[in-house]
Amino acid sequence: MKVEQISVFLENKAGRLAEVASVLGSAGINIRALSLADTTDFGILRLIVNDREGAKKVLKEAGFTVGITQVIAVEVEDKPGGLAKILKLLAGEGINVEYMYAFVERSSGNAVLIFKFEDLDEAIDILNSHGVRVIPGERVYSL
Amino acid sequence: MIWSEEYETMPREALEALQLKRLQAVVERVYATVPFYRRRLEEAGVTPDSIRSLEDLQRIPFTTKEDLRDNYPYGLFAVPLKQVVRIHASSGTTGKPVVVGYTKRDLGTWAELMARSLASAGTTKDDVVHNAYGYGLFTGGLGVHYGAERIGATVIPMSGGNSKRQVMVLQDFGSTVITCTPSYALHLAEVAEDMGVDPKSTKLRVGVLGAEPWTEEMRKEIEERWNMQAIDIYGLSEIIGPGVSIECEEAKDGLHIFEDHFIPEVIDPDTGERLPYGEEGELVITTITKEAFPLLRYRTRDITSLVHEPCVCGRTMVRMRRVRGRTDDMLIIRGVNVFPSQIEEIIMGTKGVEPHYLLIVDRDPQTRLDTLEVQVEVSEEMFSDEVRMLQTLARSMERNIKDMLGVSARVKLVEPRTIQRFEGKAKRVIDKRKLS
Ligand SMILES: [Zn+2]
Repeated sequence: MKVEQISVFLENKAGRLAEVASVLGSAGINIRALSLADTTDFGILRLIVNDREGAKKVLKEAGFTVGITQVIAVEVEDKPGGLAKILKLLAGEGINVEYMYAFVERSSGNAVLIFKFEDLDEAIDILNSHGVRVIPGERVYSL
Repeated sequence: MIWSEEYETMPREALEALQLKRLQAVVERVYATVPFYRRRLEEAGVTPDSIRSLEDLQRIPFTTKEDLRDNYPYGLFAVPLKQVVRIHASSGTTGKPVVVGYTKRDLGTWAELMARSLASAGTTKDDVVHNAYGYGLFTGGLGVHYGAERIGATVIPMSGGNSKRQVMVLQDFGSTVITCTPSYALHLAEVAEDMGVDPKSTKLRVGVLGAEPWTEEMRKEIEERWNMQAIDIYGLSEIIGPGVSIECEEAKDGLHIFEDHFIPEVIDPDTGERLPYGEEGELVITTITKEAFPLLRYRTRDITSLVHEPCVCGRTMVRMRRVRGRTDDMLIIRGVNVFPSQIEEIIMGTKGVEPHYLLIVDRDPQTRLDTLEVQVEVSEEMFSDEVRMLQTLARSMERNIKDMLGVSARVKLVEPRTIQRFEGKAKRVIDKRKLS
């Protein structure tokens, strides 16, 4: 049920984000979703791609520090209140969201939420037991 | 292993008698042959026959690097050039280099001291010595070369540079001992890994590393990455080159100074007063056997202290602590004395931090206060996908610097390989205050 996310350390230098995109692009790797966590000093780029190992390899070769992190993808209908419902549910169960980001699935028009929790398995159990659709990695990579 | 039992384990009393005899001889010789020394000694009211004990050494004026520059190139040679068989020169960062000369006997002395040094690190005639110190005017390459040959080891005269080729040779030629700067040893490990070569898979078992200040943390890292012993060697071209002092493999706790050739003292760099054993200050060396280029009370600018307790290895020669920095490397930040090596120790105590860092000292134009930025490369091991974790790491390094050194620093995490690597000595400090 888990999804593997690529994380890349970026110094706040103009052009580094573009460089990640171009390194992946020229290796024929597709970015499904991305989010940039930004501080005054540095940024962490989080990516869902179709080829994790390939992405990690080419980015490392290009001199980036790269990590692979496990996250969870959840599908909700793209309408008002969808996200709030899930966040409320998690808060009620005492599950802390470390970070999240979202993108819209082209074919269905549904929103896909990417979550990072401290305890992923516990979060998956709770989401499943409340009928929330947790999407397996393989499907997310090929969205 | 002890190369020269006779001298290296000589009882202190006999050693000191030998030192006095040699000191008297060298003072007499420079007084007669080097106008600079004659003038200096006369100004201080010292005549050669007034040196009656080792204590009298303190009456002799210091010789400084400026004195060497003022007498460029041959002004301090104590023999005619026709007796000089080799010239070396130091890598002066500004202006003219310092030029040193060797007679045939000096070269023999040097080879002997380097043989002692390499043996102290555990080198024998069965070893293959990969010598990556630069050959040329720099004393490192040829110094190690002749010492290793004297032992009877197999010498590979690599010199510096071309790191990929170095790795290939290390692997293919079965080298067991490597000689280079500590930062280059780490650089080579990095290059090897990039080439898909596991540094641990080579036959290297000892690194004889020197020519720049380093730390215990860096030693641990080098030893782990190469799976070898890292031994600290010390020397400077003005004195003779490498082979002034070295750690013994038994203790790896302080560098034995070859006192039958050099008399060490530690002084307060501000007052020039001699400091007692154990106290940290500037190392001053008098050479007592060199013919072509003897030096009286030369101020090395290196910061260390002397240890006179006996060592487990059996050598009676005094030890100097690992050099902590140079008087001219010392940064004064908001009035606090800071050595780059102290910051290195702190940041390398943090898990996963690579020994690649850069200190940038500047002055805030508004507040006019000094600022210290420490750039640290983010390794895969310390990287996290969570902003908070990385910030916590940076803040904890800042706190440790503040707690241990009393200066406020800003730790900036940077991408790997953004801090420039040097094949020779590492550049660790950019002091922008000097630029304005
Ligand atoms: Zn010892």
